[in-house]
Amino acid sequence: MTVQIAEPMVATYKEERVVTLPETKLEVKDLHLHFGEKHVLKGIDLKIPKNSIVALIGPSGCGKSTLLRSMNRMHDLNSTVKMSGEILLDGESILGRQADAVSVRRKVGMVFQRPNPFPKSIFNNVAYGLQVNGIARNGALRSAVTDALKDCYLWDELGDNLNRSALEMSGGQQQRLCIARTIAIRPDVILMDEPCSALDPISTAKIEELILKLKEKYTIIIVTHNMQQAMRVSDYTGFMYLGELVEFDRTEKIFRNPDQDLTRRYVEGTFG
Amino acid sequence: MNARKITDFVMRSIFALAGLFTIFVLLGILALLISNGAKAFKHIPFSSFFTYSNWNPAAHGASSFGILQLLWSSLMVTVGALVLAIPLGIGTAAYLSEVASSRIRNIVKPIIEILAGIPSVAIGFIGIVLVGPAIADLFQLSHGFNALNGSILLAFMSLPTIISVSEDAMQAVPKSFREGSYALGANKWTTLIKVVLPASASGIIAACILGFGRAIGETMTVLMVTGNATAMPHSYFDPVRTLTATIAIELGEVPYDSPHYYALFVLGIILFLISLAVNFISEWLASKYRYKMN
Amino acid sequence: MGITRANKIKSFLGLRFLSLCTLIVLAFIFIVLFDIAWKGAGVLSWEFIFSIPRKGMTEGGIYPALAGTVLVTLITALFSIPVGVATAVYLNEYASDSVLTKALRASIRNLAGVPSIIYGLFGVALFVEGVGLGSSVISSGLTLGLMTLPYIITSTEEALRAVPHAYREGALALGATKWEAVQTTVLPSAVPGITTGAILGLSRAAGETAPILFTGVTFYLRFPPDSLNNEFMALPYHIYILSTQHHAIEQVRPLAYGTALVLVLLVVLLNVIAFFIRYRFNKLNSSR
Repeated sequence: MTVQIAEPMVATYKEERVVTLPETKLEVKDLHLHFGEKHVLKGIDLKIPKNSIVALIGPSGCGKSTLLRSMNRMHDLNSTVKMSGEILLDGESILGRQADAVSVRRKVGMVFQRPNPFPKSIFNNVAYGLQVNGIARNGALRSAVTDALKDCYLWDELGDNLNRSALEMSGGQQQRLCIARTIAIRPDVILMDEPCSALDPISTAKIEELILKLKEKYTIIIVTHNMQQAMRVSDYTGFMYLGELVEFDRTEKIFRNPDQDLTRRYVEGTFG
Repeated sequence: MNARKITDFVMRSIFALAGLFTIFVLLGILALLISNGAKAFKHIPFSSFFTYSNWNPAAHGASSFGILQLLWSSLMVTVGALVLAIPLGIGTAAYLSEVASSRIRNIVKPIIEILAGIPSVAIGFIGIVLVGPAIADLFQLSHGFNALNGSILLAFMSLPTIISVSEDAMQAVPKSFREGSYALGANKWTTLIKVVLPASASGIIAACILGFGRAIGETMTVLMVTGNATAMPHSYFDPVRTLTATIAIELGEVPYDSPHYYALFVLGIILFLISLAVNFISEWLASKYRYKMN
Repeated sequence: MGITRANKIKSFLGLRFLSLCTLIVLAFIFIVLFDIAWKGAGVLSWEFIFSIPRKGMTEGGIYPALAGTVLVTLITALFSIPVGVATAVYLNEYASDSVLTKALRASIRNLAGVPSIIYGLFGVALFVEGVGLGSSVISSGLTLGLMTLPYIITSTEEALRAVPHAYREGALALGATKWEAVQTTVLPSAVPGITTGAILGLSRAAGETAPILFTGVTFYLRFPPDSLNNEFMALPYHIYILSTQHHAIEQVRPLAYGTALVLVLLVVLLNVIAFFIRYRFNKLNSSR
């Protein structure tokens, strides 16, 4: 009887890049956030490298979605939120009154947990961001929509009929549609808040494949509950716990050999 | 980008202005009623509204502004209406919520909504041409213009409110409560009486209070069928004159800026306060039961 | 065994009682509608609807009253719908969850329950006397508009609240401004509900008598008003006078029935339209 030493489940690693330090696309500096009295984010410091995929993991309630939403000013919708600290996109602050939330959101897009296509046609869903921001019109609009759908592997599936209601699509297709409409306006960063948690495994696999491809053009930050998913798609991983960023490093380090004991216990599954 | 920001700002301001305008309107209504009512007290002592029972402002010599009789008449007709409407309303609501199939519900509910939509003038008209003569025949009276007529009509006018709010309250009772009862061997009726009704009690009481508010504030119907005599009624077969009818009758005859004119506003304030109280109490009851359910 | 038998009887009688209650309610509705329809139909004719009253209202038609009701309802709509919808949009999309907002909502709810004669009282004090518009169709229209305002605000808010929050979030995340998000994702979805609420609110206004009693309605005009400052005739008031104060009450009884039928048909028509809008919208929503 051979005894097999169980190897921890890790995906195959990507090739280590040549040594140049990756340029920082988005930087978070000492970010604190309160929901009323509750201190939800406690001094987050984070540098997101350009054209990488960063996963944020951690148990429920650790603040990962809250952190994500502060990066595209979605907390503006909530009057009980108080924030201090800095978030810089390409060196420019996106918080505070000098920065315009609407233009921030053009550059930092978001895909939500539950697919939320508009009750409009497929075409009008993808065209929405382009029309509202006045980016393209008529012919240019049409080709931008087509490109976005092609980039999301939807073009072949949908065929010619883009006039159908987006609500008639399956869950996985709807989520890819939401990604398509986000990339149609060519943001710099794409935020994804547990994009696959409402989907079946096959749709999940398709979207993970899509995310890996999108890395070429965009910087992606993905919040996920699924550690295997983080291992599969991300270059860097940040582990959060009770509002703090406990550790942030290359994915293989976090899952194989983390510095913090807390991180190790989480990735080993000692606590959920 | 600038044009978009400007549009956004302009639209936001327009909506905020609308909100402001509405606040202004609401406060204005309140202010006008109170100020006009207050003007009445310049000429008429406050206490005389509540000590004298007679309302006879236009009488030569001693004009009296006692509202007690009017208040009594309004209450009389309203309570009479509720005596009819509450059992009928709760019974119908229970039928729709607990017994009827969804097919029947989908037919009956819109019909009841139609009742809610029939103008009060038309109901009053039916009181004159149908209900009145029927009452007169049945009870050997010379005519059917009395409190009973008013109560019957008001009962049916407040039924849609009582039915829909009670039915909502019963529907909100979790299925698990009923299932628990059935599992213990109880039948539908027992479950209704012992589980559903107690659980939805505050909602049902809220419904009845709203029905009360609807009935006591009704003008045209009572104006048309209750006879409008100013004498104190001794039974439901006597004519009565309600608060609302008094305003409706006298506002047209009263000289502007006279004490009588302002006295009508005092009646208006009383009605306003009653409707405020009705609203407040039923809201509080409804929130109590919403809290219980969650 | 005795208890079970007694329970069975109780249950049987009890449930029968419930059906009886429902039947009584339905019976009343049918009697009312049937009586008006039966006795009013004989009077109804093209002439009745479109000609003017003659010979002290004992003959002729109700055209000025119908026109008056349509006119005053139009004024009500022009006032209450824009203000009401805008206020609801403000409350639901822009206002923060402050004490002031809660107070505003509570006041609107309270005003929705205020008796219609109070609005009449207010209308006299403000529009007829205060502002000096006098007894006119504009005074009555504004008074009815005030009465309808809370209803429109509440029903519009309900329609707006029914739009999933996810649509707003999705639009904002794509870089839309607040107004753009509301205009392109919230309002289109809410339009059926808003329209239904508006139609029902207006149908209520059309049938109301108390608010117009002293603000502008009159019993006899040869023609519909040619300016907003004139008095006007209205269907509900016409019914009221014909059935209570006319000097030849018995003789005009059929005319009263006819007028009542026209009013009820108008209200039923509006309700049916609103019902169909709601029905088609629900069908559209569930066919996913």
